[in-house]
Amino acid sequence: MAPVELWELTAAEIAARVHRREVSAEEVWRAFEERIVRVEPVVHAYITLDSVSGLMQAREIDRRIAAGEEVGPLAGVPVAVKDNICTADLRTTCASKMLADFVPPYDATVVARLKAAGAVIIGKANLDEFAMGSSVENSHFFQTYNPWDLTRVPGGSSGGSAAAVAAGEAAFALGSDTGGSVRQPAAFCGIVGLKPTYGLVSRYGLVAFASSLDQVGPMTRDVRDAALTLETLAGYDPLDSTSAPGAPRRYTAALTGDIHGLRVGVPKEYFGSGSEPGVERAVRGAIDRLAELGATIEECSLPHTEYGLPAYYIIAPAEASANLARYDGVRYGYRAEDARTLAEMYCRTRAEGFGSEVKRRIMIGTYALSAGYYDAYYLKAQKVRTLVRRDFDAAFARFDVLVTPTSPTVAFKVGERAANPLAMYLSDVFAVSANLAGLPALSVPCGLVDGLPVGLQFIGPAFGEEVILRAAHAYEQASGGAQLRPSLEVR
Amino acid sequence: MNISRADVAHVAKLARLALTDGETARLADELSRILAYIEKLNEVNTDDVPPTSHALPGQCAPLRDDVPRPGLTQEQALANAPERADGSFRVPRVIEG
Repeated sequence: MAPVELWELTAAEIAARVHRREVSAEEVWRAFEERIVRVEPVVHAYITLDSVSGLMQAREIDRRIAAGEEVGPLAGVPVAVKDNICTADLRTTCASKMLADFVPPYDATVVARLKAAGAVIIGKANLDEFAMGSSVENSHFFQTYNPWDLTRVPGGSSGGSAAAVAAGEAAFALGSDTGGSVRQPAAFCGIVGLKPTYGLVSRYGLVAFASSLDQVGPMTRDVRDAALTLETLAGYDPLDSTSAPGAPRRYTAALTGDIHGLRVGVPKEYFGSGSEPGVERAVRGAIDRLAELGATIEECSLPHTEYGLPAYYIIAPAEASANLARYDGVRYGYRAEDARTLAEMYCRTRAEGFGSEVKRRIMIGTYALSAGYYDAYYLKAQKVRTLVRRDFDAAFARFDVLVTPTSPTVAFKVGERAANPLAMYLSDVFAVSANLAGLPALSVPCGLVDGLPVGLQFIGPAFGEEVILRAAHAYEQASGGAQLRPSLEVR
Repeated sequence: MNISRADVAHVAKLARLALTDGETARLADELSRILAYIEKLNEVNTDDVPPTSHALPGQCAPLRDDVPRPGLTQEQALANAPERADGSFRVPRVIEG
């Protein structure tokens, strides 16, 4: 067996070696830089690479280790940050022409926490513009490709983050998940993606999309890294008014490998229609594996599942239309030239600065909130949201976790769905309900179909990260899933 | 639900989006199809169901003490401005005439 390269290691392994002084943070940094030079020309995961200050961060960690100072639990670990999360003095574009030159004056709380834990920001990862999309085809800049098959999408909207981790261009990444944007690309790229409970992770410095749904989450090589990085990311933040109070937990302690007696619900609405046969076979096989590990498996029902996606496509655009009102060409971002009046400047700035999917969602949202339609659309969707939540409340009275496919398909070809917004939206049909109900949900690889990864989704009760991490970890250990890597051939 | 071009033009005005004729026509078609899908929600009886505005109602925004703390400097606040003058954001004239 060939010696394992540094860029192939998990965040936990890298931090352990750096702590033991077997390798310096600078050596780790250089190994990832070399890997990026090799594969980035075909993957295109990053909008901005931060080679100078990243190297300085790595050297600072080495200096502190040499001086015998404490370094954090992620010391020397290179991380990719989705480019809708603010990084001080490092441009943050949201993959939009609107913010192509925007340089934030402050770090998002999650970025500040990662830096304090010793992680080194390696670059800003590509996404669908303002996180609206499922394929990165809506990036203003360029397409990111799936490391498993360079003719296919990496998923989205956190597709750059997922591709960077799968291709060995970062040890882990941050994504954001409003309606599946961490979990669906994690599934498509064969990595682990966790959307935490609404309020568990601070959103201060995350560019707002749909504020009742948005969460930041880790995207990692394995479940242990998801637990380890969540220990750094989670916690109350007075700068985010939706941040949940509560003491930090040791999520890695939950990874016992033992799921005897775990009550697993299998919601029937997520099976039997809509999924590719290979995806459903892989997920059924994974459920059999959970039973072999001692979990009790029982079918259940979430009767309002089919209404989750239409409710989402009112609530998310409505909130987006309000959040994106701030892009007016006055305080930051793009401004149209030579406008004669302020009103003309607003209208042309937004027309020229936003791409077509962002405009489409602003239009849906503005329509749904406009006079005469509010009750019929937005209020109706919020009521259906209550019913979706109640379905989960009833299920979690009987079960510890629920398992479903993460997405109905494996990664699709670039261009295959780009012309049909509704077909694209269906890629998140199994993901949005967890956002509507604010619940934690995690995607873990459960095998390959025709050489492409399939994602298994665990959904837990509110603040039940420990139980979904434990279940996913036990499954991963039993299946050897964390060993799945794309054989990215680079000349 | 059939969305006309006039509907699209009205909503675009509310959203401060200048659309081309081509975009207006395309959006009328796309919004009609998307809203037709969303009308699936009308199959659900929501009489007496309260709306959800916060996913976890028990976690609703706690109040904090109103204590002043440092914010951005004027220079930081203006650093990303497309146009600035005399320590302010500069914009085109507001009143036509």
